Amino acid sequence: MLSKFIFNLMQVIVVMACAPLIKGILNRLKENVQSKRGPSIFQPYRDIWKLFHKDEVVSEDSSWLFRATPYVVFVTPLFVTLLIPVLTDYPLFFAFMGDMLAGGFILALGGFFATLAAIDTGNPYGPMGASRTRMVGFLAEPVFMIVFFTVSFVAGSTIPYIVQKHWVTPLANFFDPAHVLTVLAFLMLIIAETGRIPVDNPSGHFELAMIDESKGLEYSGRGAALMKWGGAMKFFVLCCIFLNVLVAPWGLASGTAYWQVVLAAPLILIKIIILVLILVVIESSLAKLRLFRITEFLGAAFATSVAAMITGLFFM
Amino acid sequence: MSDPDLLFSFLTKLNALTGGVFLLVAFGLVAIRQMLTCLRLYVFQSLLLAISALMLGYHYGSIHLFVVAGLTIIAKVFIIPWLLRRTVGYESYAKREISQAINIPASLLIALAITIFAYFIANPMLTAAHAGIFARVNLPIGLACLILGAFTVTVRREAVPQLLGILAMENGAFFAGIAIAPTLPLFAELAAAFDVLIIALVMGLLTMKIHKTLGKTAVGELIALKEE
Repeated sequence: MLSKFIFNLMQVIVVMACAPLIKGILNRLKENVQSKRGPSIFQPYRDIWKLFHKDEVVSEDSSWLFRATPYVVFVTPLFVTLLIPVLTDYPLFFAFMGDMLAGGFILALGGFFATLAAIDTGNPYGPMGASRTRMVGFLAEPVFMIVFFTVSFVAGSTIPYIVQKHWVTPLANFFDPAHVLTVLAFLMLIIAETGRIPVDNPSGHFELAMIDESKGLEYSGRGAALMKWGGAMKFFVLCCIFLNVLVAPWGLASGTAYWQVVLAAPLILIKIIILVLILVVIESSLAKLRLFRITEFLGAAFATSVAAMITGLFFM
Repeated sequence: MSDPDLLFSFLTKLNALTGGVFLLVAFGLVAIRQMLTCLRLYVFQSLLLAISALMLGYHYGSIHLFVVAGLTIIAKVFIIPWLLRRTVGYESYAKREISQAINIPASLLIALAITIFAYFIANPMLTAAHAGIFARVNLPIGLACLILGAFTVTVRREAVPQLLGILAMENGAFFAGIAIAPTLPLFAELAAAFDVLIIALVMGLLTMKIHKTLGKTAVGELIALKEE
């Protein structure tokens, strides 16, 4: 029992420690593809360190929401980490506190607070970005719902630990159309939710075109550091859900020995780096969509998820 | 699990996956803007049809289905794209924006409704015929692609995507056909493959003619008669 508790805490520590690294690798690889040298892969750590040592400026007209939001954004991915398989393929201490739907809701809570805080200060760019994020969000919601229902229907459960085993027992299940198409739809969902090209340009500096980034423009010092770190962790957690629950459970620790669980940490990093490579290829080969074309992108994701649902439902 | 069982379960899943991607490509033909991508999607769909035919042919031990696969690859993966590129000029393909009668998200939603409709039609047929596991995948998806092809013809305003819609209808019919009639006479297959080639050639030449007279291929705008 105690070891399960410790493993659960280890998952949280791995997510906290490695999330900025993944962000750094992603930025570096993107610059490399454009034949630039790019920042060091440890740059996000330096940014966060620097921001923690700076003074914080908070608008006088803002309410408690603005001050509370960085902590909510920082903590919500960590709560999700307690529920999902990051290192082990068996349920840990807190695993039965909630299923995948709970994970989705907890992540959405962070997004909700970030949106409110962006509107709170009265900065003209904040509400604009917030309303755009909501637009992308409500278009992504049906896709998330259909993916979730298809997965739980095919696997017969909403607990991520049972779902991930279903895809490889027997191995033929891996090629189930419901599985492959769901993976495709969820990949598009991750791109939309984390604000990557073709939906949003994460490295853009033009406020009028921003979707996700403009929500954090008002933050400085510790608040900005927590928002940045929380965003990186949200990306890491989404990648973990995608890779460990939906794509393939390979590389997770199945034993209860400490060395096995410790060894699982570099394996999940390698898996995420492979995913990052795919994302870099997508980001470098596509252009950012115009705002009203995002409906088409998410419409395609919706069609994919419904195709998964239909083929999965009638194949049974 | 014994060895043939394992192979069978892999075969059914892979065939179902082919069907799922086949359906997805049909959605793509309805909604993708770029003309060249549409053509590539059609080639990919034909390839998927050939793969499904190969798997079913292996399962049923039917030489006819191998012939279907071979004919599909020769006619639809090589000759038809070549014909369409030759007859329709390059400038029609270089176009990135194709105008649609209904906007893209709405037409995708209609396409989804069509697919579910196709499943509802196919389901009683499947229960009545005590269909095997392959027909349970291929018949509804083939039927859906048939109707989606017709929908593509109605919703597109350009000649080449409309032509691809007709060809996709034919693909859908074949996709359903290989599962319910694995021992189709060879003659029928040859005739169908030849038919498709003629359709592609005639439509391609017609499109070229339209392009020469009008300077564009947006046949959706040709609604009023004009005297010269």
